[in-house]
Amino acid sequence: MDLFAFRKPKNELESDEGESKNVPFVPEEMWIKCPKCNTMLLTTDMEENLHVCTKCNHHFRMNGRDRVEMLADKDTFIEFDADLVSHNILDFPGYDQKLEKARKTGAKESVICGECKMNGIDTVLCVMDPTFMMGSMGVVTGEKITRAFEYATENSMPIVVCTAAGGARMQEGILSLMQMAKTSGAVKRHSDAGNLYITVLTDPTTGGVTASFAMDGDIILAEPDCLVAFAGPRVIEQTIRQKLPKDFQTAEFVLQKGFIDSVVSRNNLKSTLVKLLKLHGYSGEEA
Amino acid sequence: MTAYEKVMAARDANKLTSVDYISHMFGDSFIELHGDRRYADDKAVVAGLAMLFDTPVTVIGIEKGRNTKERVERNFGQAHPEGYRKALRLMKQAEKFRRPVLCLVDTSGAYPGIGAEERGQGQAIAENLMEMMTLKTPVLTVLIGEGGSGGALALAVSDEVWMLENSVYSVISPEGCASILWKDSSKAAEAAEALKLTAQDLFDLGVIERIIRQPKAGDQAMFESLKMLIKRTFEKNLALDDEELLNARYERFRKIGIPD
Ligand SMILES: [Zn+2]
Repeated sequence: MDLFAFRKPKNELESDEGESKNVPFVPEEMWIKCPKCNTMLLTTDMEENLHVCTKCNHHFRMNGRDRVEMLADKDTFIEFDADLVSHNILDFPGYDQKLEKARKTGAKESVICGECKMNGIDTVLCVMDPTFMMGSMGVVTGEKITRAFEYATENSMPIVVCTAAGGARMQEGILSLMQMAKTSGAVKRHSDAGNLYITVLTDPTTGGVTASFAMDGDIILAEPDCLVAFAGPRVIEQTIRQKLPKDFQTAEFVLQKGFIDSVVSRNNLKSTLVKLLKLHGYSGEEA
Repeated sequence: MTAYEKVMAARDANKLTSVDYISHMFGDSFIELHGDRRYADDKAVVAGLAMLFDTPVTVIGIEKGRNTKERVERNFGQAHPEGYRKALRLMKQAEKFRRPVLCLVDTSGAYPGIGAEERGQGQAIAENLMEMMTLKTPVLTVLIGEGGSGGALALAVSDEVWMLENSVYSVISPEGCASILWKDSSKAAEAAEALKLTAQDLFDLGVIERIIRQPKAGDQAMFESLKMLIKRTFEKNLALDDEELLNARYERFRKIGIPD
């Protein structure tokens, strides 16, 4: 479900209070306001700081390409199935236009899969892209993730999956739901063969992705303050007819409830992944 | 019937629920088993052992309740994580004794609430999907009403999935779909059409194996023929070795919606 619009403050209870009035005029695209501390940040500063607020450590959402670049050693990423793209298989009204609009961001699909080196260690890497239809899982998303797991199983490789999804791609109806089962099957085969799977939950990880491969990792990490939910906050509020506590369904909340292993800041993410890979006996030549 | 009329029929409060199916098919042979051994017994899931003719089977059903009191008790058929964990516990038990598993699904979805999230609704469903995929005993799922998204799929990673002619199976409710996509929940009928959620649609899409005629209360002949159908399917799958059984189950889902 596309419940969460990109770059909105993800906790709907935190209002986007008053525009800052003391900011000198500059071209709009050069500045971005931190939704957490309201500081106006130079976009280039924020991007150079791994898309993290230089003032309060708020983690902005990252698109798939940027995240692959952040995690893979330079020039080592070999993408799988780049040409596999979604079609309007059910002739769902308005879906073609939605896909066209989503592709204008530069991404072709809601997940990028491939293999790469991380500090020299060969790893399969899947990165979901919250800028493409909110990372929603359609048939092609499920197919690409399944193929990545099958490749990792055949080659006895570890796999790292960065999740981000508003949920299932409802324009693909029941076929999108079936991707939960399909991916879970591929994860299980990879696991039963003794291979390592690390999940990195990023904002937002919800719905069918939470209820399948996001929660299947041998080790589950999450970025600070990201939304981790099965049912989205709005759906719950409508059901129970009351406001949710402020920190409900954050990474820190699910850590406290026992559902993830650790909350890791983005500047430590790659080094943490490499450490975990090494602890499982994977090694490689550093370039 | 239009797609939305099918949705309404699937939600009809007077239609038969899981406990009705269990009593019509298994009568006194059914013995209910409770609890997930972790936290609680979720009454939205009714589960136990029964005799299918001369074969012991594990039966797991999502139960909506047949009157107001029962519906409240059963949380309107919206399971918490404990319900899915109870189901998995009994599926593992069935695997141990190589007992076939019959799942009956009738739910608008897994419960979206505070406790459910705190206790890992997503994790519970995820674990069922993964474990069912490699459960070394035959599993068959029949949708007898609503099949609401992940909360239904958590009992439907099976060798075969059948639907009653007036049941529906969907990734989201038509109302939810219409309000998210078109900001207008009154367009639910259009959404129901677009989502392709009827038994016939799902059969055409290759997501289910069989459409079952809607049985009525007391139509014992109909229940007997349904039992025969279930028995034959279990027998067929019990004859397979583990590897054949699990490969077939994997391929069943692997091929769904594969782009060419
Ligand atoms: Zn900030």
